[in-house]
Amino acid sequence: MSARIVLQQADISRALTRIAHEILESNRGAGDLILLGIPTRGVYLAARLAALLEEFSGQEVPVGSLDITMYRDDLGRIPTRSPQPTSIPAGGIDGKTVILADDVLYSGRTIRAALDALGDIGRPRAVRLATLVDRGHRELPIRPDFVGKNLPSSKSERINVELVEIDGEDRVTIGESL
Amino acid sequence: MRHLLDTRTLSRADALSILDVAEDMADTQLREVKKLPTLRGKTVVNLFFEDSTRTRISFEAAAKRLSADVINFSAKGSSVSKGESLKDTAQTLAAIGADAVVIRHGASGAPHTLAASGWIDAGILNAGDGTHEHPTQALLDAFTMRRRIHGAGASRGRDLDGVHVVIVGDILHSRVARSNVWLLSSLGAQVTLVAPPTLLPVGIEGWPASVSYDLDAVLAENPDVVMMLRIQGERMHDAFFPNSREYSRRWGLDDERLARLTGDSIVMHPGPMNRGLEISSGAADSPRSTVLEQVSSGVSVRMAALYLLLSGEREDQR
Repeated sequence: MSARIVLQQADISRALTRIAHEILESNRGAGDLILLGIPTRGVYLAARLAALLEEFSGQEVPVGSLDITMYRDDLGRIPTRSPQPTSIPAGGIDGKTVILADDVLYSGRTIRAALDALGDIGRPRAVRLATLVDRGHRELPIRPDFVGKNLPSSKSERINVELVEIDGEDRVTIGESL
Repeated sequence: MRHLLDTRTLSRADALSILDVAEDMADTQLREVKKLPTLRGKTVVNLFFEDSTRTRISFEAAAKRLSADVINFSAKGSSVSKGESLKDTAQTLAAIGADAVVIRHGASGAPHTLAASGWIDAGILNAGDGTHEHPTQALLDAFTMRRRIHGAGASRGRDLDGVHVVIVGDILHSRVARSNVWLLSSLGAQVTLVAPPTLLPVGIEGWPASVSYDLDAVLAENPDVVMMLRIQGERMHDAFFPNSREYSRRWGLDDERLARLTGDSIVMHPGPMNRGLEISSGAADSPRSTVLEQVSSGVSVRMAALYLLLSGEREDQR
């Protein structure tokens, strides 16, 4: 199996910088923003975005993680997944604008589960979605607000996001699935 | 995991994964909305052939918090009192469409029989069988110890290496003691059993635990955990000790023994307590006591067990 690199380290950091600017633009500043990453890699993307937002706006943006394992609709069909910790910044999400961060947007089912999970935690003023890669093939009426790269793909392909925090390097590759 | 039948054959990795998932479940229990949609559409049957309050309520709460449908069955007032066999009861539950069966039975090994029989395809959770095992009780005890020793936020992935646990009382009849001995020793704890010689089972030399008859001598070693067991009046058909006052004086945790505990030692009891017999009110209500924490840990641990048994591809695990 040969994997082709579609985004390199510089591309990823450029995409995140642009997303950070777009978030500030659409939100008119960093007020009342909360970033929540979806484990595993969304958590690191959320942390990077929070650092960029703080750099550009001078305002600290709370960041946390939102595990969606318990809200999935396919628990009986996939091997058992261990839940990851959820951490919500002090102050909660009520009345805030929540930006969900994930690495790849595909069927939209993860985001559906994330919206359910958010509903059990509080009532945000608005929820937005930032994703590093949008590969299409949506199965639900869900769309991203901020996209790093649109990557039209075939369902038989596999998109792999690697981040320096856990994989040792930053890159996005596309290859045939096994 | 397909079934949860005992802690003797539970691997250390599986035990830690249950405890870690239980941490996540405990976090969700602090939220305003405690219910998770995870087991929506699954049916959990509580099959109780012996009386129980906290275990049954705890399993029921755990299943309901995960949005499963719960059917409670107790032998009293059911067809079992008309002489229905375990096989027929199990096949009836299978026909109803149970996805998990939580079973408590007076006969040791009944859950194993159910799991191995092929009568029913559901996941089986042992909620106490005779004098054999009570695995979720041991898991909730380990969970409570881990949280007290490492702190609630820092206990994920940690074991109980080097923790000294003393289990005092009716070891002979106690499935809680058996399950705890196996689980705690595989998590790295050092276990000492203290009891009158009449309340120690035959063959205890083979257990991964040391044995003593003298509570005061063991307490002088500053154990991290003192677990008092209930004197099981309903199973005491012989004279195992002269009378309850003598038992209480030699093997009970009274206020004077409580005062001798030092540092962060904790006092545990699986409940229901015989106050004044194996544990004094002063000990049961002291800040060292984890009795109520054990009850809330129980819900988290049972949620974790139900989740791990009922999610995932069941076909693959057969």
